[in-house]
Amino acid sequence: MRPFAYDRPDTAAAAVAAVADRPDAAFLGGGTNLVDHLRLGIADPGLLVDVTSLTSTEIVDIDGGLRIGAGVTNADLAADPRVRARLPVLAAALLSGASGQLRNMATTGGNPLQRTRCPYFQDPASACNKRVPGSGCAAIGGATRNHAILGASEHCIATHPSDMAVALAALDTQVRILGPDGGRTLAFTDLHRLPGDTPEQDTELAHGELITAIDVSYPRGRHAYRKVRDRASYAFALVSVAAVLDVVDGTVLDARIALGGVAHTPWRAVRAEDTLRGGPATEEAFAAAAEAELADARPQPGFDGGNAFKIPLARRTLTATLRQTTPRETA
Amino acid sequence: MTDVLEPRAIGRDLLRRDGGLKVRGTAVYADETPVPEGAGPPAYCRVVTSTVARGRIVDLDTTAAEALDGVQRVLTHATAEHLASTEDRELAVLQDAEVGFRGQIVAAVLADSDEIAREAAGLVEVRYAAEATNAELRAELRADRTDLYTPEKVNAGHETDTATGNMDDALALAPVTLERTYRTPMQHNNPMEPHATSALWTGTHLTLWDSTQSVHRVRDTVVQVFGLAPEQVRVVCPYVGGGFGSKGTPHANVVTAALAARALPGRLVRFALTRQEMFALAGHRTPTIQRLQLAAERDGTLRGIAIDVVEQTSKVKEFAEQTGVPTRTMYAAPNRRTTHRLAALDVPVPSWMRAPGECPGMFGPEVALDELAVELGIDPVELRIRNEPEVDPETGRPFSSRNLVACLRAGAERFGWADRDPEPGTRRVDGWWVGTGVAASVYPTIRMTKSTATVRREGDRYVGRIGAADLGTGAYTVLPQILADALGVDEARVDVLLGDTDLPEASVAGGSSGTTTWGSALVEAAREFRDEFGDDPREGDEAAADVPPNPAEQEYVMSAFGAQFAEVRVHADTGEVRVPRLYGVFACGRIVNPRTARSQLLGGMTMGLGMALHEQSLLDPRTGAVVNHDLAEYHVPANADVADLQAHWLDEDDPYVNPMGSKGVGEIGIVGTAAAVANAAWHATGVRVRDLPITLDKVLG
Repeated sequence: MRPFAYDRPDTAAAAVAAVADRPDAAFLGGGTNLVDHLRLGIADPGLLVDVTSLTSTEIVDIDGGLRIGAGVTNADLAADPRVRARLPVLAAALLSGASGQLRNMATTGGNPLQRTRCPYFQDPASACNKRVPGSGCAAIGGATRNHAILGASEHCIATHPSDMAVALAALDTQVRILGPDGGRTLAFTDLHRLPGDTPEQDTELAHGELITAIDVSYPRGRHAYRKVRDRASYAFALVSVAAVLDVVDGTVLDARIALGGVAHTPWRAVRAEDTLRGGPATEEAFAAAAEAELADARPQPGFDGGNAFKIPLARRTLTATLRQTTPRETA
Repeated sequence: MTDVLEPRAIGRDLLRRDGGLKVRGTAVYADETPVPEGAGPPAYCRVVTSTVARGRIVDLDTTAAEALDGVQRVLTHATAEHLASTEDRELAVLQDAEVGFRGQIVAAVLADSDEIAREAAGLVEVRYAAEATNAELRAELRADRTDLYTPEKVNAGHETDTATGNMDDALALAPVTLERTYRTPMQHNNPMEPHATSALWTGTHLTLWDSTQSVHRVRDTVVQVFGLAPEQVRVVCPYVGGGFGSKGTPHANVVTAALAARALPGRLVRFALTRQEMFALAGHRTPTIQRLQLAAERDGTLRGIAIDVVEQTSKVKEFAEQTGVPTRTMYAAPNRRTTHRLAALDVPVPSWMRAPGECPGMFGPEVALDELAVELGIDPVELRIRNEPEVDPETGRPFSSRNLVACLRAGAERFGWADRDPEPGTRRVDGWWVGTGVAASVYPTIRMTKSTATVRREGDRYVGRIGAADLGTGAYTVLPQILADALGVDEARVDVLLGDTDLPEASVAGGSSGTTTWGSALVEAAREFRDEFGDDPREGDEAAADVPPNPAEQEYVMSAFGAQFAEVRVHADTGEVRVPRLYGVFACGRIVNPRTARSQLLGGMTMGLGMALHEQSLLDPRTGAVVNHDLAEYHVPANADVADLQAHWLDEDDPYVNPMGSKGVGEIGIVGTAAAVANAAWHATGVRVRDLPITLDKVLG
């Protein structure tokens, strides 16, 4: 940890300009991830630009959904009556994440941008391609219980830790971004990157780009968020499932599904959705959807026993969550 | 038989005397010690720790660190003072270039602020000649290692191996035999307050404000390591934010703080371990591999019981957990064997963790007994009752009191055990498999041999003095209760001062021995006081006494017993394991204070629940590093994991243990919990998990 400058500009545009100007600058939101990383010596910014009062802390109605200011805390978002009534998958995901104290600090803009979670990434003495590109990946063959079964590469097997992001990935979500050259909008499912051979880049945001708001549409159907973890609270997901299923007369009209704890990104379960859409909402169909989604899953061996168990666990949890989103008489 | 006090204050549900200070945040902990008058501005210490597990430092460049504004000193093996004694290798901090485990202290930076110290520590460059490639590193405990050895003794001075009768014959002749291997993982104590010291060297005199379970033990250790006279060293510790054994013996951090203070005379140096550093420097519980053998009649009568334990120690220093010891005393069986074998590995130094020996050592046997009960078709409560010994099987001596059977019966009644269907994997409620399990608990009643107390008349009050420690356990509250009854006065007129080597010497707050030992010394001092000064003493009248030996210890075996009953739910889809009910019933003598005792028992049971479901240090065999070295990755129970948790006790009269009639309550709560949970998990699912923790992947199979 080394000394850094701290700046609190008056506007979001000024904050963007300040970060864009310096390659070693970083935005500071709730700080629940970045401050830890500063202390651990794995983030080393020369300038922190505090944006906590620069983005909206409002949740406003937009056509068919909500615009959530980037400054809205996870706690406030989970408590919002519209979120609870119309986006229960998001409320449930938020409340399953972290702790009450952390949810009071974490923000809508910051939560999806927390770094992937891996103990070897967090230990400066371990090799990590994310921290030091080209240095290798100590996690491979290490303790891999919390690591990826989908979309991993030989360079990185870390998983994204956010619960909120899993719900947002399942929903129709747009990310509103302010950059040095103006604003743009990105589909939430395009925000995060698989590791490939550049695991140091977690997202598609360019340096200096700031999330200012997140737009979420209300989906049709029943919602469920199921998080499976090693203790009842305050633990990262081994596997989590966000699902919204629109079932009419026993037929799946639409399915929105995402998995957490399994990949470098919140994992939109496109194959499962395709398998289900237009078909019957039956136990067999759910199992087939889960089978399809996990068809390419690969376990990571590890001295801790590895994570092969997560493949059947993900199948079972996905099937069970789909069952949960379906009225009993049709299941 | 000792003269047991008539309880007036003893047994009362009194509030913690230090509770208000702690709730208001005004209790001062080691790292917050105010700068004493006359001392210079405080300095802060941060350490650099080794990134190899076995090797030698070949280059250590401190230039950049020392150039940083505000850095006062960088101590390395080249610049630190030579210690008077390096016999204890764990405490031989910065004495040579050898590295014995990953996370060892290789440099200490002293600076004007904590931030500068931390930055400077990051600038120290260390190069190592690693003596072992990853493949050669000895960091993995296996029962088939060829380098296992037999330690001379195991912890607390117990014999390493014991044998009675002929276990092999028992196995050959008994109609029913069972052989199983059980495993418990490496675990780490995680008290909320990290290991921390504020240290001041004045040129002739060292004062350490240290978070410790024994100020006198810290003093004696520092005196020896630095070659000082006892009167040159004072150790002060008014409050401790948890220890669980990890603060029972001084670790390298205390020596580092003293080295730092002596390098900066006149300045108060603060040194607190980070949570990550605690996983290498504050001790750990060894993983254990326990092979259990049982030989039994068809009616459940044990003909033989044997436990062969394999565990690890560090090559830096030996610590041999006494895992096989409880098997020596629990159940009647004419043929018995217990053994301990160690592997000395490239790992940090293991040490005490709540109920060393009993805690891991009651996992294998109590699950094995459950497996035997299943095999014989006998209720597991009944099987234990059938093997209740009349005298201690190991020594042949009677127990001063032993109420295991009463605990089992009372617990079964309270828990609703009678209706239990023994068939596993048959009850499903709301998508969860439901099961119940039982296990026994035991912990010896220990009286340490050395402790001294004084009693003094001050104003209209009586003040006891003893350099004992309150780790949050309640010593500040229960010792005045004891002293009040010994003096025959109201508890509100009594104070007991603790936590300072300027007070009379006290034994460690460990082995659940504190109340027995310190209480006995205070009672003896009170008797001396009344003998000498009568009922109407004058201001300043004072008497002192040592803890007297207890002759009854030669005649009786003294232990607390208990029974734990768990209900476990396992989710049918995901395998998640939850414990909606956990009841413990204990027989631990007279309870001095129900409030603080219940808190101790519930705390132990909660830690036992963590052992059952969560706790596991993941030591990477490639590097010797504990990978999950923080509280996000090293799981202990969260509030949501603890549901209907109840601790009860029987009224137990034991006239032999001590004048209070009390047995220790600090550790027995953690003993047997994990076995009860494991047995219940089997009953829920039919899957027998023999290696802790019981995680969902193991029950999903």
